[in-house]
Amino acid sequence: MGMAVTSDTMVDVNDLVVKYGDRTVLQDIDLQIHRGETFVILGGSGCGKSTLLRNLSGLMRPHSGRIAINGDDFTAMSDNERVAIRKKMGMCFQGSALFGSMTVGDNVALPLREHTKLEPSTIDIMVKIKLELVGLSGFEDYMPSELSGGMKKRAGLARAMAMDPDIIFYDEPSAGLDPIVAAGLDELIRKMQHTFALTSVVVTHEMESVKLIADRVCMLDKGRVIAIGTLEELQKVDHPFIEQFFERRPDAYGEDSADYHESLTGDTE
Amino acid sequence: MSAFVGYTGRLTLNGLHATLTVCVLMVDTLYWATVAPLRGQGFRLKNAVSQFVEFGAHSLPIVMLICFLIGAIMAMQSSYQLARFGAVHLVANLVGIAAMREFAPLMTAIIITGRSGSAITAEIGTMKVAEEIDALEVMGLNVTKFLVVPKFIGMLLAVPMVTLIAIATMIFGGFLTSAVVIGLDASSYITQTADALVFKDLVVGVTKSIFFAIVICWVGVYRGFQVYGGAEGVGKETTSSVVTSIFLIIVLDMIFTVFFYFV
Repeated sequence: MGMAVTSDTMVDVNDLVVKYGDRTVLQDIDLQIHRGETFVILGGSGCGKSTLLRNLSGLMRPHSGRIAINGDDFTAMSDNERVAIRKKMGMCFQGSALFGSMTVGDNVALPLREHTKLEPSTIDIMVKIKLELVGLSGFEDYMPSELSGGMKKRAGLARAMAMDPDIIFYDEPSAGLDPIVAAGLDELIRKMQHTFALTSVVVTHEMESVKLIADRVCMLDKGRVIAIGTLEELQKVDHPFIEQFFERRPDAYGEDSADYHESLTGDTE
Repeated sequence: MSAFVGYTGRLTLNGLHATLTVCVLMVDTLYWATVAPLRGQGFRLKNAVSQFVEFGAHSLPIVMLICFLIGAIMAMQSSYQLARFGAVHLVANLVGIAAMREFAPLMTAIIITGRSGSAITAEIGTMKVAEEIDALEVMGLNVTKFLVVPKFIGMLLAVPMVTLIAIATMIFGGFLTSAVVIGLDASSYITQTADALVFKDLVVGVTKSIFFAIVICWVGVYRGFQVYGGAEGVGKETTSSVVTSIFLIIVLDMIFTVFFYFV
């Protein structure tokens, strides 16, 4: 894979290493996310996929390595320098992370009020448009606690879309939702990507969702990328973990004695 | 033995780390409260005002009630002792000076810690658990500017102002008790109080209250950001916030008392 940042590379990750204290969570991560695609980060629980997303969105700073967003070295920037990039970045959190003390409308309006000098009346209109976009028109004056799980996620998406971002991160968008609501959200993710040529990065472990939304998939296991490609390409890869994941097979009991030893002694190396 | 050394070492390191974190937070808060607004980076005035109202105005009823009672208690307790020396009229001096220099600032700080120090920790902690702090960060909104500075300004204004009202209420409590229960002459009590108090007493009381405000706010905020692991974590840090805050307030009060004793 070429190291050069081409115009159609939105996110370029090189030699990323992430540690929590002495524990290495992610190792030798190299990947490119293309402009306008839906890139799914797939993997089992605890494989480091959420940590990868936190690094891509700048919520965590890596131990070493480089993340470039739109050609700018995101990792080397100070928090103040990051603001410009963050204005063009949206994130949907697992639990929606709407501000509980504000109405849904104020949640969506917040980035606009803080980052732009738009008239309040213009902001009101934009809030209506964003809520309409996610199918929540008329919910401006509701408090987040009055919404259902699926509606909260939609409102979170409306907030993430407020500044018309170039790239949007989704952390487990379908977690905790029933299949119908989850499918609705998948459709919404697809719609956003098509309508706004949005680069979408989705962390999930829901295979159904991956089939619907993914342009390309990155498979993580034990902190390493084990394969990147379209879903069809991945299904052809001959790797025990990928096969097991796609076939939804449980770990055989006592199969991995080294892991078991690790879990008892706490040795990670 | 080695366990003890290890424990002490860990405690020291944790303490140093906490101090460092709080120092970084302090510098950041001061920057966003003073320099940033001048540079046009914004200041959330409306938010600061609403925090001021919450910390100050809303704590007034309970602060006034408690301070009134403490004034009354001080007057009655001291009158017993002073009567033995035929110096009951000195109740006015004792209540006035003790209220202004010591008990009004202290009680106000402790009540506001219980009401608002805990609320600050719980609010920030809950926001952290619900990823709301992360959401602010991803949006490119400065967490210090957004969350900490309004609380800091609100607290810095509220505590001294409430303290002033507390001083008046406490002295009034002592006055009413002396006039009604102990039977001192009301007008001479007032002159006695006025003669006893000097401007420096007020300076001492207000200076203390400003520092108490800083302690309440920063302990509350620091503990809030320490929260991890859900509702249980919020509860744990909230308790710890109140305990740490009250402890530091009393230590600080001691230091100020020693300082002003000699100055």
